[in-house]
Amino acid sequence: MNFKRLAADLSIFGRGYIRSRIGVFFALIFPVILILLFGAIFSGGNSGPITVYIQNQDGSNQISNAFITALNSTSTIRLIPVDSSQNFSQYLLSHSSSDGVVIPGEFSSDFVSGRTVNVTVYGNPASTSSAIVSGITRGVVSAFNLKRAGGSPIVGVHQLSIKSQSYKYVDFLVPGLIGFSILTSPMFALVNISSQYKRDNIFKQLSLTPLTKTEWLAAKVLWYVVLTGISFLLMVLVGVFAFGAQITLSLGITPFLIIGPLLFVSLGMLVGTVSKSVESAAVVGNLVTFPMMFLSGTFFPVSTMPTYLQTIAHVLPLFYVIDGLNNVMIYGNYGQALLDLAVLLVLSVVVFSMAARFFKWRED
Amino acid sequence: MSTIEVSSVKKAYGDLQAVDGISFTVNEGEVFSVLGPNGAGKTTTIEILEGLRERDSGDVKVLGFDPWKNGYELHKKIGVMPQGFRFFEYPTPREAIKYYADLFGVKVDVDGILRKVILEDSANTYFTKLSGGQKQKVGLALSLVNDPELVFLDEPTTGLDPQARRAVWDIIRNLKKEGRCVLLTTHYLEEAEELADRVAIMNKGKIITLGTPQEIIAKYSSGERLLVRGNQTLVDYLRENTKLEVRFDGNGLITILVQQKHDVLIALASIEQSGLEWTDLRTQRDSLEDIFVRLVGEPIEERAEVA
Repeated sequence: MNFKRLAADLSIFGRGYIRSRIGVFFALIFPVILILLFGAIFSGGNSGPITVYIQNQDGSNQISNAFITALNSTSTIRLIPVDSSQNFSQYLLSHSSSDGVVIPGEFSSDFVSGRTVNVTVYGNPASTSSAIVSGITRGVVSAFNLKRAGGSPIVGVHQLSIKSQSYKYVDFLVPGLIGFSILTSPMFALVNISSQYKRDNIFKQLSLTPLTKTEWLAAKVLWYVVLTGISFLLMVLVGVFAFGAQITLSLGITPFLIIGPLLFVSLGMLVGTVSKSVESAAVVGNLVTFPMMFLSGTFFPVSTMPTYLQTIAHVLPLFYVIDGLNNVMIYGNYGQALLDLAVLLVLSVVVFSMAARFFKWRED
Repeated sequence: MSTIEVSSVKKAYGDLQAVDGISFTVNEGEVFSVLGPNGAGKTTTIEILEGLRERDSGDVKVLGFDPWKNGYELHKKIGVMPQGFRFFEYPTPREAIKYYADLFGVKVDVDGILRKVILEDSANTYFTKLSGGQKQKVGLALSLVNDPELVFLDEPTTGLDPQARRAVWDIIRNLKKEGRCVLLTTHYLEEAEELADRVAIMNKGKIITLGTPQEIIAKYSSGERLLVRGNQTLVDYLRENTKLEVRFDGNGLITILVQQKHDVLIALASIEQSGLEWTDLRTQRDSLEDIFVRLVGEPIEERAEVA
């Protein structure tokens, strides 16, 4: 390994990279656009209370009013009264809503006389807000039942808040999109470069100089480590200052920012060299890259995905980069992060040695 | 010591015997040209000599090195311009030369090299924006960065306009003047005739003839010919009154084969005696191209070859 040669190759590659512009866009600007976009879409999502339409067919009396007041006392839902003359389900549809509660006409009289009476809850089983509305209504109903039976509560709930519940979407988006950029910029570039250089005999040409294969590869890894560092800073700045992301910056992040590019430079190289043509390399490259791009926790935390997709996520190399970053930047769970790092190390050694083996300067 | 020594080298790709037992030597300071139709095995031969391909059998010594086993050492002493040279898209010729100088760990006079290959005007243009001829010149420039003793030029003028081609010829003549050995493959026989000290003609993996262009022409030429325009009567007169071999194309062109100097005088005297009309007298001899077509059985083609 000769560092002067490495530096010369790094310099000519870096200059070409900046001059072509497209690489800079996808490596640095595109992830920032993504974080702005996804951050804006999802940051307002869980702020307001759920709108629930309520129809009281029992007229204005103390008991049904007390029920409505009890529902209203939770800050989670916002009640909008609907006139009892309206067809309630029609009304919900025409207001593009699926959440509603109907208090029947005999509610007060049945309550007083002890006859069973049902409050109707409208909801969409597929929507999480409907489950919340249903739960809140059941809670109020239980309180009424207890009161009617003249009992007092035995089991209560004592609620504590721990930090993990205050995570916001953007907290996950920052490490996710850093992972996105660690994956995409070296992968797409190296798949393209290695197949193209092979076609144009540029590797042959370089083999006639003292530059070695390892020096050439090392220069590429180094370039993408630097690029990843810049991309990391941009993402953190935008995440923290535009969306108030709560992330911890520590030295524990560094190994992921180095080993990530190493892994995907090698993987891109491997895909590019084993492919017969530039076109087939692009296809194989996309087949390898796209599932990772969406299923490794880049845009959404893996834990929110269905179990079978989570299983798939665990065999994707990028998962361990993003999981590791999450563990360091969000949870402060260094033990788990070390485990992720170990998996990445093994993967990198395997992929790098395969790439180095199949990647040929000259032919035989 | 010879610069290149090749003996009984073979190389096959599957069933195709690309190089089939060739032997030759290239002497110090010589411009040696390898000619042949597409698929003759020229590029395979050159790549074996450069250490880019492994031979199946035979011996090769280039500047005293086995190119396959000691390629790394050899490459410091040779310059290579491959066929259809391509490079990274974005360096300028100046940066490309600097890059190569850094890789070889040598100090170079960048402007000097640019001047040598007549590329000063495009010194700061991105490679991707250069014309085909200028790209070739970058390849030529890079092959000179390490001040090589031996330069391999694989079809250096293919695709260039006549003016650029002559410029490259001048560059090659200068390389020879500087004492460098040049191994040149080309599609242009005129180019080989113009530049090469010795020529090897390859066909189907074998060398079918080797020597100076003059030697090859002398060996295979059908001799000097006297050409004159006239009619059938003149042809008949010559055939009746001389022992010369006379051919007629039926369209006014008479060809008289000249075996010895004396034949020319006989022919001229006889034409004059006939009192018949004649015009347009000239002599002709075989060019390397005529010989090539005769030996290989097909005209050389201007297409890039695969192997």
